[in-house]
Amino acid sequence: MKHEIIIAGFGGQGVLSMGKILAYAALYEGKEVTWMPAYGPEQRGGTANVTVIVSDESISSPILSTYDVAIVLNQPSLDKFEPCVKPGGMLIYDPNGITVPPQRQDITVYRIDAIEAAAEMDNVKAFNMIVLGGLLQVCPMVSDENVQKALRKTLPQRHHNLIPLNEQALRRGKEIIKR
Amino acid sequence: MEEKEILLMKGNEAIAHAAIRCGCDGYFGYPITPQSEVLETLSVEKPWETTGMVVLQTESEVASINMVYGGAATGKRVMTSSSSPGIALMQEGITYMAGAELPGLIVNVQRGGPGLGTIQPSQGDYFQATRGGGNGDYNVIVLAPASVQEMADFVDLCFTLAFRYRNPVMILSDGVIGQMMEKVVLPPFKPRRTDEEVIRECPWAATGMKGRGKNVVTSLELQPAAMEQHNLSLQRKYQEIREKEVRYEEYQTEDADYLIVAFGSAARIALKAIEMCRQQGIRVGMLRPITLWPFPTAPIAELSKRVKGILSVEINAGQMVEDIRLAVEGRTPVSHYGRMGGIVPAPDEIVGAIEKMRK
Repeated sequence: MKHEIIIAGFGGQGVLSMGKILAYAALYEGKEVTWMPAYGPEQRGGTANVTVIVSDESISSPILSTYDVAIVLNQPSLDKFEPCVKPGGMLIYDPNGITVPPQRQDITVYRIDAIEAAAEMDNVKAFNMIVLGGLLQVCPMVSDENVQKALRKTLPQRHHNLIPLNEQALRRGKEIIKR
Repeated sequence: MEEKEILLMKGNEAIAHAAIRCGCDGYFGYPITPQSEVLETLSVEKPWETTGMVVLQTESEVASINMVYGGAATGKRVMTSSSSPGIALMQEGITYMAGAELPGLIVNVQRGGPGLGTIQPSQGDYFQATRGGGNGDYNVIVLAPASVQEMADFVDLCFTLAFRYRNPVMILSDGVIGQMMEKVVLPPFKPRRTDEEVIRECPWAATGMKGRGKNVVTSLELQPAAMEQHNLSLQRKYQEIREKEVRYEEYQTEDADYLIVAFGSAARIALKAIEMCRQQGIRVGMLRPITLWPFPTAPIAELSKRVKGILSVEINAGQMVEDIRLAVEGRTPVSHYGRMGGIVPAPDEIVGAIEKMRK
């Protein structure tokens, strides 16, 4: 089993940290994993993206041109990565701010109103965990237990009081993702 | 027994942890993207409180390399790291180290050039690394890690080689391997050498004149005859390194009709291209040089006798391809595929380059 995933959005949306939590969860799952960010000026206001590969076997290239799963969180990312989803693959998007929705018929498109749900939870920072919850609902590659372990690892100790909130966000994401 | 914990970290972080664990005495560096996590990680780990390793953020790369020169002259295991423009600044210090026969580790996490260039990954410093880089006839031993694990493993190996040959050694990495996180098992802790051990193992070093004459560490010799003798002795040393220290890995070369030669991150991307080619029934293999200098000339020459073509995949305009052509001596066609300016080739581009070779 191998999942080649791109997560893309605006800098500041928590794209890289979402990828990091997924990567750690995969590590605890005993999988092979690579986490490759598009680093640099893209983190400041422009688009940010990270390629995460989770596999049972050793991973060759950490950089890809096609993906099993694309998680796109703004219009530029949707425009850039919708054509890169492998036929039969999966695209997850948040419709907030999207003017031209996904067009492809040969992939499974999921919609997750994560920005709206984060606002309802009164915590915009929960956004990325809602999206991660949605991903794991439709593509369960790591256990909830290992995601919790990854949260404890990646959140600094002083923010561990936020773990219940993050877990709540993950659950919310699982509920609201739809085709 | 220390438990072998599997960690997830960036290549740059692995360099820092490996340095602390392998008994490094001092790190001198100046921040630059994409390698700043080396200095950042060392600053967080505070090894000066545990192993006694010195970590110093210098005022410039020129200061860094000269502090490495000074530390190495006293027989200490010292290192620096930077990225391409910073490494360019260090070339004077590196050639002085080579001339004075000083051991030391220089890590280059390459970014796109020329000049200040870009902060994205590149392998554009291949010539600079493998041809010496500074003035005079000298070579630096150059290792190219292709994984975070190799970033960790090569630190201690490089110090071993540096002291074995009293020569600067470079880890030539790039922004992909430096910034990528993957699984790594860190090497076990090894204590720093004691003063007595340094005196015993480095009889050439400036360790104080107790019970012996002067040790002079210099790259200057004004008598041409003596300087030629020094050069001849260096060349004998480089020849010995060529004979003993070539390292490389072969992947699926047994039945290969086409051979890719690639190092570092380009080799990782090429591996994916090989998987894709083989799915199409094109038998492609790869030789991955681990040492770029000394270059695996003989194994490439051997493979060139039984393949229909060789493709050099590099994240540059075509530099290593010259060393491949020297090895192949026209026995088989040699092409190059690469991208520049911080653009990293995707696996399907490499498949395209292989398909082009077959036509």
